[in-house]
Amino acid sequence: MTTDGWPLWEVFVRSRRGLSHTHAGSLHAPDAEMALRNARDLYTRRSEGVSIWVVPSTAITASSPDEKDPFFEPAADKPYRHPTFYEIPEGVKHL
Amino acid sequence: MTGTTDTLTAAAALALGDDALVLSHRLGEWAGSAPVLEEEVALANIALDLLGQARVLLSLVGDEDELAYLREERSFRNSQLVEQPNGDFAHTIARQLYFSTYQHLLYGRLATGDGPFAGLAAKAVKEVAYHQDHAEHWTLRLGDGTTESHQRMQRACDALWRYTGELFQPVEGLDLDLPALETAWLDSVTDVLGRATLTVPSGPRTGAWSAGAGRQGLHTESFGRMLAEMQHLHRSHPGATW
Amino acid sequence: MTAVTAGTAGTTGASGASDTAAAAEQAAYEAVFDAAVAADERIEPRDWMPEAYRASLVRQIAQHAHSEIIGMQPEANWITRAPSLRRKAILMAKVQDEAGHGLYLYSAAETLGTSRDELLDKLHSGRQKYSSIFNYPTLTWADVGAIGWLVDGAAITNQVPLCRCSYGPYARAMVRVCKEESFHQRQGYEALLALSRGTEAQHAMAQDAVNRWWWPSLMMFGPPDDESTHTAQAMAWKIKRHSNDELRQRFVDIAVPQAEALGLTLPDPDLRWNEERGHYDFGPIDWTEFWDVLKGNGPCNDQRLSRRRQAHEDGAWVREAAAAYADKHTGKHGEAQA
Repeated sequence: MTTDGWPLWEVFVRSRRGLSHTHAGSLHAPDAEMALRNARDLYTRRSEGVSIWVVPSTAITASSPDEKDPFFEPAADKPYRHPTFYEIPEGVKHL
Repeated sequence: MTGTTDTLTAAAALALGDDALVLSHRLGEWAGSAPVLEEEVALANIALDLLGQARVLLSLVGDEDELAYLREERSFRNSQLVEQPNGDFAHTIARQLYFSTYQHLLYGRLATGDGPFAGLAAKAVKEVAYHQDHAEHWTLRLGDGTTESHQRMQRACDALWRYTGELFQPVEGLDLDLPALETAWLDSVTDVLGRATLTVPSGPRTGAWSAGAGRQGLHTESFGRMLAEMQHLHRSHPGATW
Repeated sequence: MTAVTAGTAGTTGASGASDTAAAAEQAAYEAVFDAAVAADERIEPRDWMPEAYRASLVRQIAQHAHSEIIGMQPEANWITRAPSLRRKAILMAKVQDEAGHGLYLYSAAETLGTSRDELLDKLHSGRQKYSSIFNYPTLTWADVGAIGWLVDGAAITNQVPLCRCSYGPYARAMVRVCKEESFHQRQGYEALLALSRGTEAQHAMAQDAVNRWWWPSLMMFGPPDDESTHTAQAMAWKIKRHSNDELRQRFVDIAVPQAEALGLTLPDPDLRWNEERGHYDFGPIDWTEFWDVLKGNGPCNDQRLSRRRQAHEDGAWVREAAAAYADKHTGKHGEAQA
């Protein structure tokens, strides 16, 4: 997990205002301050972002802790959560 | 000092432009040899910012390539600090700390004025703030890291100290309160070195040679070799376009 | 492909009830994996995957990452001598991108449970390879142009299909790489064009570089399909989408008209359009040279690797210093202490 003792960090970038931070990748850094700077250099050197988060990879708790879960089943049994579930008469707008 | 506004501006642009050009070149020498991959990217970013500044500044004076590739060593007006060889990573960081602290203060002042460099300085000051931040962070880590890194960083700070006085000598065409700049520089560097558990060097900040230094076109020996490498291809094909 | 995990499943024939259950579980995982690959879905880091798939990916991504960072050397060789400030800025940005691409790729490899330290260690000790193309020297400025046009061109031909690779993190890294890579090829082509249209000496410099880089570029696609050990399995797993020969032909077809537009010739007397095939025919590749360079007998193998090792060793005290500082000043998860 280390580069001579440098832990791994996950990098999240907000590409522009109005959007949420998205996972961009990871990098090694000795501490949070350096991780932020490295992330800026690496993941936003073509102005791809307005804000960066860095999180130690070890601080992330994933939904399949044993790494053996086959595939995350989407909640396909609750189609009423999705707008396309509902029929709307033609011509009705702004819904 | 005599001369029209244009020639004064040109003289100042040459000094600032040569500083940026030469330091960019030195940083470019790191490509492929940085201590860790992440630092390859960081050093190249800084080198590219500086090269961008150099190109704007030299273009105020004339053709950027003629100026970079066809001038003799004695015509370069960069400070001796920026031409110092990279040495180990500690030397590179000490050079960055000294120079970026100066450049940040300098461009900060120029950006607030309405002189010929205000526009350039307004953009560059943001870039340079990052260079200074990078240098500070590494100074702290090397100074307050291991015994070995502390010793290396102290040696580097000491070795380059004698080139820092030149930065505050009057530059033709730059109308600035240099003593105030120098005080602010000393305060800032003293603060960073203190936090990095390093000792502020006690030696002289200028060389003993009365003839002058880089701003007068008097450089250190390694600079000639750097220029030979930088210029040889361009000079081997007179008049060619690339 | 159903047989790939035989031997790793732990079912050694002892017919205990728990073994049977484990085997059934294993088979279930494998079926889901196979179905996902067949349906062109992406495999993600925490999904179950066959060990051979994992190992094959680590090998390929690591080799790719190593190629990016070793590949910095031949071009960095010309940064300090670039003949104009514009070219110098372009070249520095390009070499910087290669470091960045190396980082994206190492980070993709790390999602498979192998650390960058381990991978670098394998590179430094010669246990993992990088692309043989970087064992050739950059002798003149025109080599920088030829690398951009031919070497990056060949790399892009290889890499674009990898954006659809079955392993999610690798595919995403390649999307980023390809986006950035497009400037690399164009700058190389433009640099060569300037030389070709320049003075007689410049034109000769460009032609000489193309003469030296053409054949090694064709070798970048790897051995012919019938001699390639990894191709069939990699294609079944959708790690690879096209065969070596298919991609090589695609590259030749693209490069020939580009060479004509440059006003330069390609060093192959057998190169001609084949109406029937709808492709360019080209002469035989010297595979003896390929295997020889791969084994370590290229002009720069030792130089490239020792320079890389040197940089790593010289940087050790810096990395240790930063780690020591972090230990002193931060909590165990790295957040700064107030």
